[in-house]
Amino acid sequence: MMRWVIGSVMIAFGGILVWGVMSLPGGDGLTVKVEERMEMSGVTHPVTAVLLNFRGYDTLLEIGVLLLALFGVYSLRRSRPDPTGVSVSHPFLLALTRLLVPVMILMGGYLFWSGAYAPGGAFQAGAVLGAAGVLLYLNGFDLPGRKKEWLLRLYLAIGFVFFLGIGGGLVAAGNRLLEYPPDLAGSLIIIIEAGLTLSIGFILAELYISNSSLEIGPDVFVTEKG
Amino acid sequence: MNVMYLYAVVAVLLFVIGLHGVIAYSHLLRKIVALNIMGSGTFLLLVSIAYGRPEGGPDPVPHAMVLTGIVVAVSATAFGLALVRRLYSETGKPYLPNGDTEKSGR
Repeated sequence: MMRWVIGSVMIAFGGILVWGVMSLPGGDGLTVKVEERMEMSGVTHPVTAVLLNFRGYDTLLEIGVLLLALFGVYSLRRSRPDPTGVSVSHPFLLALTRLLVPVMILMGGYLFWSGAYAPGGAFQAGAVLGAAGVLLYLNGFDLPGRKKEWLLRLYLAIGFVFFLGIGGGLVAAGNRLLEYPPDLAGSLIIIIEAGLTLSIGFILAELYISNSSLEIGPDVFVTEKG
Repeated sequence: MNVMYLYAVVAVLLFVIGLHGVIAYSHLLRKIVALNIMGSGTFLLLVSIAYGRPEGGPDPVPHAMVLTGIVVAVSATAFGLALVRRLYSETGKPYLPNGDTEKSGR
């Protein structure tokens, strides 16, 4: 009975949504406004210009959300992850990882650099680096900086710190938050993106690694009461 | 009919399928997967709106929103999975306390 009620409500809701989407006004959206101001943005790719210049707030808050999610996962885990304990260590996976990880790091660097003028940028590059970190972890390797806690924390925070530091510096210099002077915009965006690439890579890898160390195991049976 | 509307309708379909999953199932892993399907529908809608421009390149603002959204969705999923795993290791059940009596919780 209940599933039929939910199903018919969903179908009605979907119909309303389709009607709403169909009656959206067309037009150019914000394309023309973005194109008019491309020269001031310091980059030549419009998506990068929107992400890091025109809508820089969004991206600053986004890296903040990533960090907060990682803090949440950290506070839920019970122990520090031990890569040797969860290693799948299949010879084929190990060989593939040895082959792929250097290429992935190179690919991350390329994607980060190409974001200024072509599709790419810090988030794509960070995703590739994060995947490389997961591959390393699955083979029992530590992330770089694992042995020194402060170094890992620096990698995790550097994107947000650079972003906020440059934003705050601009406020101190009399601009509004994240309002870059047009002649400096290009270099400031490169600095921010470099920090973001590193941080996003490490945060994504750490999200995976910390989730895999939450110790679901024999203790499930100990704590079960019902 | 414009191709944009085909993508937009598929996007709405994905969103509704995901919403149904969030409401109808009590297993929390299913809810997280369903939330991700809802998110994919939203992203597809934004991309199809950006594509709906008569000439020239697509609108960059929705594209930037999708990039932001994907990263937020990934981090929210990771946090949700951590919560579910901790709940499972505390209670032995991947359901919310009042959800484990429902029959639909497959």
